[in-house]
Amino acid sequence: MGPSGTGKTTLLRLITGQLCPSSGEVRVDGLPVQALRTRELYALRMRMGMLFQEGALLTDLNVFENVAFPVREHTDLSESMVRNLVLMTLQAVGLRGAAERMPAELSGGMARRVALARAIVMGPEFIFYDEPFTGLDPISLGAVVRLIRRLNHTLNLTTVIVSHDVGVVEEVADCTYLISDGQVVARGTPEELRRNRSEWVRQFMDGLTEGPVPFHLPGTDYARALIEERE
Amino acid sequence: MLAEQTHLRRRVRTSLAGFGAAGLFSLRVMALSPRVLIRPRLVIEQVYSLGSRSATLVGFAGLFVGLVLALQLYGVLGRFGATSSLGPVVSVAVLRELGPVIAALLYAGRAGTALASEIGLMRTTEQLSAMEMMAIDPVNRVVAPRFVGGVIAVPVLTLIFDFLAILGAWAVAVKMMGMDAGVFWGQMHTTVSFRDDFINGIIKSAVFGLAVNLIAVYEGFTSLSTADGVARATTRTVVISSLAVLIFDFMLTAFMFRGI
Repeated sequence: MGPSGTGKTTLLRLITGQLCPSSGEVRVDGLPVQALRTRELYALRMRMGMLFQEGALLTDLNVFENVAFPVREHTDLSESMVRNLVLMTLQAVGLRGAAERMPAELSGGMARRVALARAIVMGPEFIFYDEPFTGLDPISLGAVVRLIRRLNHTLNLTTVIVSHDVGVVEEVADCTYLISDGQVVARGTPEELRRNRSEWVRQFMDGLTEGPVPFHLPGTDYARALIEERE
Repeated sequence: MLAEQTHLRRRVRTSLAGFGAAGLFSLRVMALSPRVLIRPRLVIEQVYSLGSRSATLVGFAGLFVGLVLALQLYGVLGRFGATSSLGPVVSVAVLRELGPVIAALLYAGRAGTALASEIGLMRTTEQLSAMEMMAIDPVNRVVAPRFVGGVIAVPVLTLIFDFLAILGAWAVAVKMMGMDAGVFWGQMHTTVSFRDDFINGIIKSAVFGLAVNLIAVYEGFTSLSTADGVARATTRTVVISSLAVLIFDFMLTAFMFRGI
C-alpha cells in the first residue's frame, strides 16, 4: 500500500519483469528476474497470473475466448477440454452466463472478474493484482474481495496486491508493506499497522491531510505567484 | 554555440537510435513471419480485415483513374493521330506506376492507419502487457499476423486497381468514344510485356506492402500509451509510409525500367 504515484505499480512491474531496475536485483522464487533470458522469463511467467487495473481484456475476443486465450496458446488440449476448463473457471468467478459477451458489454467489476478468470485458468503459483478495487461499486467490490480471498485459500496461491484501499486490504492481507517514495516505511499484519504510531503510517491509515505527505506540492510562494500574475 | 552542438549531437544520436530500434524490430517481425503461416486462420482474418475492407476504395479509385486517364489521353493522342495507342499507354501507365503507387498510398491511408491505431490502443489498454504476462510474445501473436496479412493484401489490391483501371479505360475508349475494341485490346496485347510491365508492377507493390505494413506495425507498437500517442502514431504512419512509397517507387523504377 502507499499513496498514488509512490511506485506501487512500478514495483509490481519490476517483480514481474516488465521493467528493469536501474540498480539492485529482484528475485522471484530465487530466480533473478531481470537476468533471465526471454524464454526463461516466459517460463517464470507461466507460473504467474496478473490482474491489470482495468482488466486488459482482449477487446476483439468475447469473454469465453479471452479466458481460453492462454490455454489455446500454451496447450494442445482438445476443444471439449478447453471448453470445460473455461466454463469451470468462469463458474468460479460467477460469470459463466456472460461467456458470449464482448468486453465492451461488461461492467468494470465484471471485466475484472473475467480478467481474474483468465489469470487463474493456467493454474499459477503467484498472482499479482494491480489496484483491483479502484472504481468498483460496493457490490462489485464485495464480489472481487470475496473472490480474491476464496482463491487464495482454495488454490493456496502466493498473492501480491497493490492498492491504496486501506479497509479492503485489511480484510484480505496477511502481511502489509507501506511504501512511500520508493522506500518501505512500515510492514506488518493489518493489526500491527493499526497499532503503529509512526506519523507517516497514521497519516496514510487514517487518511489525514496533514502529515509527512504534504497536501500542497512544494512550489513558489503563493502570494508572490498571484502578484506576478496580476503584474 | 556549445549548447547548440550538444543539442544537435543529442538529436542525431536519438535519430540513429530510433533507426536502429526500427531496424531491429523489422528484422524480428520478418524473422517471426514464416512461423505465422503455421496458423493460417490468424493471417486470413487479417487479409480480410486489412485487404477486403480496402478493396471497395481501391477498386473505385482504379475505375475512376482509368476513366480519367482514357479521357485525357484520347484527346492528346488524337492530336498525333495515335488514338490506337490508347490501350498500351493506359495499361503501361497503370501496370508500371499508377496501380502499385496509388493502391499502396490508399492502403496506407485506409488500412495502415487502422493497423497502427489498433496496435497502439492495445498498448494503451495494456492488452500487449497482459499478453506478455501470459508468456505470449505480442510480436509473434499480434504484430506478425497483421504484417503478413497486410503484405499479402497490397499486391492483391493492386491487381484489383489494375483490372478496374483498364476496364475504365476500355469503357471510355470503346463504349464512349467508339474506338474499335479489337484495336484497343490488340495493341495492348502486342505492346504490353507480361514480365517487364505486369510482374515488375506486382514486385513494386510487394515492396510497398512490406514498407507500409512495417511502418504501421512499428508505429503502433512503439506508440506512447496516451490518446495523443496513438494519434501521433497514426499520423506518422500515413506521412512516413506515403513518403516511403514514393521514394521506393523512384528507386525501383530506376532499377527495373531503365531503358525498357
